[in-house]
Amino acid sequence: MTNKAFNATRSEKMFDLFNYILMALIVVVTLYPFLNVLAISLNNSTDTVRGGIYIWPRQFTLENYKTIFQYDGLLQGLQVSILRTVVGTVLGLICASMLAFTLSRVDFRARKFISTFLALTMYFSGGMVPVFILMRDLHLLGTFWVYIFPTLISAFNVFVIRSFMDGLPYALQESAKLDGANDFTIYWKIILPLCKPVLATIALFLAVNQWNAWFDTYLYNGTASQWTTLQYELMKVLQSTQQGGSSMTNSNDMAKQMAQISPESIKMAITITVTLPILLVYPFLQKYFVGGMTLGAVKS
Amino acid sequence: MESSTETASNTGAVIPESNRGRPRKGRGPEPGRGKKGLWDSVKQQKYLYFMSIPFVIWVFVFSYLPLWGWTMAFQNYKPAKSFWNQKWVGFDNFVELFQDERFYLVLRNTLAMSLMGIVFGFVVPIFFAILLNELRGMMFKRFVQTVSYLPHFVSWVVVAGLVTKMLSIDGGIVNDILIALHIVDEPIQFMAKGSWFWYIVTASDIWKETGWNTIIYLAAITGIDQEQYEASRVDGASRWRQMWHITLPGIRSTIAVLFIMAIGHLVSNGFEKQFLLGNSLVTDYSEVLDLYALNYGINLGRFSYGTAIGIFNSLVSILLLFTANGIFKKLTKESIM
Repeated sequence: MTNKAFNATRSEKMFDLFNYILMALIVVVTLYPFLNVLAISLNNSTDTVRGGIYIWPRQFTLENYKTIFQYDGLLQGLQVSILRTVVGTVLGLICASMLAFTLSRVDFRARKFISTFLALTMYFSGGMVPVFILMRDLHLLGTFWVYIFPTLISAFNVFVIRSFMDGLPYALQESAKLDGANDFTIYWKIILPLCKPVLATIALFLAVNQWNAWFDTYLYNGTASQWTTLQYELMKVLQSTQQGGSSMTNSNDMAKQMAQISPESIKMAITITVTLPILLVYPFLQKYFVGGMTLGAVKS
Repeated sequence: MESSTETASNTGAVIPESNRGRPRKGRGPEPGRGKKGLWDSVKQQKYLYFMSIPFVIWVFVFSYLPLWGWTMAFQNYKPAKSFWNQKWVGFDNFVELFQDERFYLVLRNTLAMSLMGIVFGFVVPIFFAILLNELRGMMFKRFVQTVSYLPHFVSWVVVAGLVTKMLSIDGGIVNDILIALHIVDEPIQFMAKGSWFWYIVTASDIWKETGWNTIIYLAAITGIDQEQYEASRVDGASRWRQMWHITLPGIRSTIAVLFIMAIGHLVSNGFEKQFLLGNSLVTDYSEVLDLYALNYGINLGRFSYGTAIGIFNSLVSILLLFTANGIFKKLTKESIM
């Protein structure tokens, strides 16, 4: 985009300088909190109390990480988080792409109706209480499936995948049909493999949403201790120390145990554990989601 | 140069190049070809129906059925009773809501934080995109972009933890800097002062989402005709003038569409951040409508009252959406409806 400045004036140079400094500042402001938390999580927890740790640990140790992984609550939360991320992403991808395929077929009679039916859901929602009552009536409270079912189909994701499929040549499907393939085979064997870029984008969206969700745990599964997630455990730890640890909790509650031992470094170690998986994947998927976002803006 | 601003004002600016010029018509068979009966076509397309009907039912259950729950707002809902045995109370729940003093406090907080979120959360990404676009080094530009997306991918739980850490009185960088620069003598207890809460929420939101929201504007800027820049340079326009007279008008329609959509979400603008950043000391400033519905509707089991709050929330959103759309239609001739 930028112009090859063969005779850049002084004010232009000033502008460039100002712009570079501003951008560098933004990078620092964005990265510093993460580096700070990482440094604290790697620092001896009693030493941390003295303060003054910025981006480098003063007394390096991995003790904090060893400590947090000794708690059942954390390991179990990690398992549930991984499980919901994998199951939610795989099922979500299959459902959204299948529905998108039928909507990308211009000859499909019900296409218009389903499109409208789906698009409307982007503009309204029943609200917190009715949705809660619905989950209760469906007996989903206290189960793992309350994480998966409500978010299985998102109109936005379906439309993004459909826009991508619209760009594939129809001749592919026609020739497959001549060879005797049915519509499901065409979807599974021909269309899906061609959709890899958009599926990668949607997979990232779904996985991030599943991994980061904590409110559904709070609302639906707060008392079902075998289904609490990592984010929820972190939330409890952060909130409990904020309120001075005086909140009433039962004795084998991880949050309380955490609050008793020097919390600062431990808290930060959990924060890093929760953040790390995403830090590792998103730069590699960047080119996909940038394309996906732009595509999504086209709308139905 | 002035007239050239017209070219990119169609919504086409949002659509990536690869997707243009692909009309739907003529790609596949004609929709009603052969004048077959409905049943024949259903039989012929049975796989397509198998692959879509389950999901239609799914969407109906999880998205449309909760709307039926709105009837609760007009009942004195008792969980144990069936729908036909509920006691109908008309608008009693709404009357009670409007008579509650707390409601107006909560409404004030909701509108204040939403408006601040819209003004800043809207302006900052646009300027960030424009300035990012002016960076000359491609490597550095890439790096800044990659870093700026990062906070979008972490949860609000983590962000709330980071913000609390940065603002804390012992070892928080913000207080450290303020003291080092002699702006304050004593560290400020940011998280304990209600008057700071709205700004903290807004700033956290900007920190988390600016990079992500930039993607769409950058795409729109890429769609602007390069000849406009060359022409303006021949005319001696400075970089600032180019940004102001070409780039900004070039993404005008994108801005308009995103703005109207943002207005639509004004009142239901989330409560995660308020829930996670708030504490008992600042609750008069942190409680928003959704939290109010959570506390009264679910935690206290007053389902009917909570539903009434939710309905009020939705109605205000719709009203604002139509108003904003109307105003924009008049001002810029762009609209989404």
